[in-house]
Amino acid sequence: MSADMFFMPAPERHFILKALQNRSFLIGLVITAAIALMALISLFWTPYDITRLQVAARMQGLSLSHPFGTDHLGRDILSMIMIGARNSIAVALVAVGIGFGIGVPLGALAAARGGWIDDALMRLNDVVFAFPALISAVMITAVFGPGAVNAIIAIGIFNIPVFARVARAGALSLWPREFVLAARAAGKGRVLITLEHILPNIMSLLLVQATIQFALGVLAEAGLSYLGLGAQPPMPSWGRMLFDAQTRIAVAPHLALFPGLAIVITVLGLNLLGDGLRDVLDPRLRHER
Amino acid sequence: MSLIEIRDLRLSIGDVPILRGVDLDIAPGKVMGLVGESGSGKSMTALALMRLLPRGARVSGRITFDGMDILTAPEAAMCRLRGRHIGMVFQEPMTALNPLKTIGEQVAEGIRWHTGANRADAEARARAMLERVGLPENRFPLTRYPHELSGGQRQRVVIAIACALKPKLLIADEPTTALDVVLQAQILQLLRDLVDENRMSLLLISHDLAVVAEMADRITVMRHGEVMETGGAVRVLAEQAHPYTRQLARASTHVPARPKQAVRTAEKPLLEVENVSRDYALRRQSIFSRRRTFRAVDGVSFSLATGESVALVGRSGCGKSTLARVILALDSPTSGAIRFMGEDIGARAKDALRPVRRNMQVVFQDPYGSFDPRHKAERLVAEPLYLLDEKLDRRRRREMVAEALTQVGLSPADMDKYPHEFSGGQRQRLSIARAIITRPRLIIADEPVSALDVSIRAQILDLFADLNARLGIAYLFITHDLTVARAICDRALVMHEGRIVEAGPTEMVLQTPRSEPARALVETAPDLERILEKRIVAS
Amino acid sequence: MTAFLAKRLAVGLITLLAASVIVFSVLEILPGDPARIMLGMNASPDALEALRIEMGLDRPILARYLDWLAGMATGDFGRSYTYSSPVLDLVWERLAVSLPLAVFALSLSTLIAIPVGVFSASRRGSAADTITMGAAQVGVAIPNFWFALLLVYVFSVGLRLLPAGGFPGWGESWAQHWQAFKALILPAVALALPQAAILARVTRSAMVEVLGEDYIRTARAKGLPRTQVLWRHALRNAMIPVLTIMGLQLAFLLAGTIIIENVFYLPGLGRLIFQAISQRDLIVVEGVVMLLVASVILINFAVDICYAIVDPRLRAGR
Repeated sequence: MSADMFFMPAPERHFILKALQNRSFLIGLVITAAIALMALISLFWTPYDITRLQVAARMQGLSLSHPFGTDHLGRDILSMIMIGARNSIAVALVAVGIGFGIGVPLGALAAARGGWIDDALMRLNDVVFAFPALISAVMITAVFGPGAVNAIIAIGIFNIPVFARVARAGALSLWPREFVLAARAAGKGRVLITLEHILPNIMSLLLVQATIQFALGVLAEAGLSYLGLGAQPPMPSWGRMLFDAQTRIAVAPHLALFPGLAIVITVLGLNLLGDGLRDVLDPRLRHER
Repeated sequence: MSLIEIRDLRLSIGDVPILRGVDLDIAPGKVMGLVGESGSGKSMTALALMRLLPRGARVSGRITFDGMDILTAPEAAMCRLRGRHIGMVFQEPMTALNPLKTIGEQVAEGIRWHTGANRADAEARARAMLERVGLPENRFPLTRYPHELSGGQRQRVVIAIACALKPKLLIADEPTTALDVVLQAQILQLLRDLVDENRMSLLLISHDLAVVAEMADRITVMRHGEVMETGGAVRVLAEQAHPYTRQLARASTHVPARPKQAVRTAEKPLLEVENVSRDYALRRQSIFSRRRTFRAVDGVSFSLATGESVALVGRSGCGKSTLARVILALDSPTSGAIRFMGEDIGARAKDALRPVRRNMQVVFQDPYGSFDPRHKAERLVAEPLYLLDEKLDRRRRREMVAEALTQVGLSPADMDKYPHEFSGGQRQRLSIARAIITRPRLIIADEPVSALDVSIRAQILDLFADLNARLGIAYLFITHDLTVARAICDRALVMHEGRIVEAGPTEMVLQTPRSEPARALVETAPDLERILEKRIVAS
Repeated sequence: MTAFLAKRLAVGLITLLAASVIVFSVLEILPGDPARIMLGMNASPDALEALRIEMGLDRPILARYLDWLAGMATGDFGRSYTYSSPVLDLVWERLAVSLPLAVFALSLSTLIAIPVGVFSASRRGSAADTITMGAAQVGVAIPNFWFALLLVYVFSVGLRLLPAGGFPGWGESWAQHWQAFKALILPAVALALPQAAILARVTRSAMVEVLGEDYIRTARAKGLPRTQVLWRHALRNAMIPVLTIMGLQLAFLLAGTIIIENVFYLPGLGRLIFQAISQRDLIVVEGVVMLLVASVILINFAVDICYAIVDPRLRAGR
């Protein structure tokens, strides 16, 4: 995807209306909002208290009282999925925040200054890029022991070069444009031009990337907590629930079904949201569909 | 009998009608010129002929080529037709070739596909064809890639592809619009020779009446998807019987009325450029070789008086845009000095440039790329006010923007619109409004009208002339188009390979060019009146 | 071309060096006393002291780093504390599982994804395109380890066609080879399908973009039919973004094998690194992490070579 082609179009009065007419965007928005709402509700209320273990009611199938059944300790799966959503969203959101907050200024700076600063920053990017989130998480856990913060740090670090690259590529294609030259002829400096012209125009690129990284973050968090490198028991997480379900797959497959579906639906929703956003924001594709 | 017969061709994309009943005939071996402004549907007519229309296009009507019904023919038959009997040359040579294949492969490919020739034979024919279009093998081996060729050379490769199998019809869609006048003349000559040699018909699409007048036997004038007039090229253009044809012809030769300027040589010059050079580092061939440099601007000196309008004319790549950037202090000279209002620009720190920038503004070529799409006209036009020392309150700022908009013929109500809500011509007015808001003494305009349709172009030239007369703004017009220079410039500087090779009053340079590059520019510049005279005399 | 590759190689080596500084800092400097971490809180002072000396912790940091670097350059990644054998031997043994798995998965995903992507792009807007891309959209969202669980449930628990886990070793005879291969089928499919979904989407969008270029129109104007244009002109141009993603994917596959090996109890690098973490064997962690990081960098270099092969503009210099 070349950056040059999709900058934020001029704000239109009917922009939101247009976005809501996009099927991907609408479905993605509804799913994402539903998951977020579920996570929010879990802060105040869940169908059952998951800290109370009821071994007598363990591994129950689907029923009216436990719509998704119970796990090997008798905890309500629905309640655990609701709390797990909280964990997933929190980890992915903070990790995107880290990547965005550090990566975008670095990328914009590299594009604005060019020369050796650009070279140095991009080499640094390459180095960080050589550490996939899982490898960072392995190192951190080996030294500090497991925990949810590890996952946030590892995923966040991996997001930095991603955002830096997107921001730099977008900014680089804007700098030679005539409206930026006009701003320079109006005596504005690089910082001011970056704030006034560059960042607003690459915001759509960054927004789309943020939803993609959010989705990847949810997946990565699930993977890390599955391996025991993320959130620790008794805090429920979707990945951990799948790990617990694995040995019981022959007897109670529903234990593996629902947490997995929760992950798929969340990631799908975010990806649809990102796709829809891209369609709405990319003036070229908009005409084609 | 006609080779091509188009009857009542209608085409729409989505709900937007593009063509509304076009009729067109081309006789074998004849050149048909198709003229119109942007949005007239001339390119779509050509694509319909090839049946290479964009997705979602709906067509009706009838197109007959050599007895074959094009619109209903099966796709396989169209494939046999394309490249074999109809060849096509496109506007943009830089993107028309596959960057990953050699020019030899790209020319030979069509030959192999249509004739079933083996690789060696096809390559031999490709070699001969490339030689014919002016790319002899000793200098341009078949193994060259497109990125190793210039724009003019690439257009020759595209022509070689189109003409390799000597098609009955060649379609050329604005084949020279992306090239400078000297290259344009060469490519047009090449097209004419190929057409004559192979007795091809040519459908030449152009926005430029002079180009069509020079090349075409017959002409069809289109507007908004309809044919306005069709007939013998010389007759139609000389008589100008149809009002729209007349309007186009007048606009393309339009010269704004300007009061004679008293040349103010006594005063100190407004801008003095003294022996300015600008070098660029070239890519190293290997890690060990010395870094070589390319001198884009080479020892240029000239001066410009208050209120004077000077044209800087030259072919593409001659260094004129680089010079403009250096004068605007967007780029720094490698050596030499630039004095503006008596002050040395190069010696100043960035902040100290503010008074200079306030008095020297810029207008760019592309009316679409000149504005940040996310800001409203008010903010865009007000941007240079950043250079004023006093900070303006909102009311004062809006007053100034309103005044600038009025000056350029827009309405103050336009300041709440976004750039995409303006047409191309209005946007160029907007960018002039931005340039004059700080009341500068000099505006540097880099090809300010070359992206505009002729009728809009005439209006913008009028506006430039008017502002010069009313506000006394001096201009440095950077252009490859001599008609622009003639229209509104007192003096002309001709630039070639980084140097200024000729300077003098515009009329003198254009009437009696002394240097070789200036002569080439003048002789190749298409001039409608001169061409018509020549052709009428010839017939 | 040589200039371009020499430059990329130099960049790769510098990146590797910088990465080694990071790994060394995180695993040997950050913890303060690695020996204490490895032995735990209740270790006897004698054992601690012995390990400190074995690891050379009494020496200055810079000297330790340089020794470590020099050791790796000569193939000495240190000795595992828990296995008491050289790390390189352990890694070598485990690579016999991890490497074939990664290669198997990547080939599978490429073989599926590229034809699907090209097909979809060539019928853009058709029902077939909508359905395949809808499926790909879902595929992207499926975590590979969950997909692995589903595969196990269907093919091992349900149909009893393939083993649910474990690895018998490559063995000597063809029958044994076959058993070993069978053990890798489900893990490879679990790894490959979500990756294939991503790759198919990238291929499609790259193809759609390329198909809108001017030179495609030139090729059509030559008389080439759609399919010819698709394979001869469009695909090679679309390969550039596809290669980038494939490079990234291979790096992810390496990481992904770590997870999948834990699902299927395969004795690969992933299991090794996990046992090392739970036993706090920092030396093994360090060696394996360095190896993985080096392979990510190597993959990037390989992708650069592919770019240069595909794109003559890069071959010319830069």
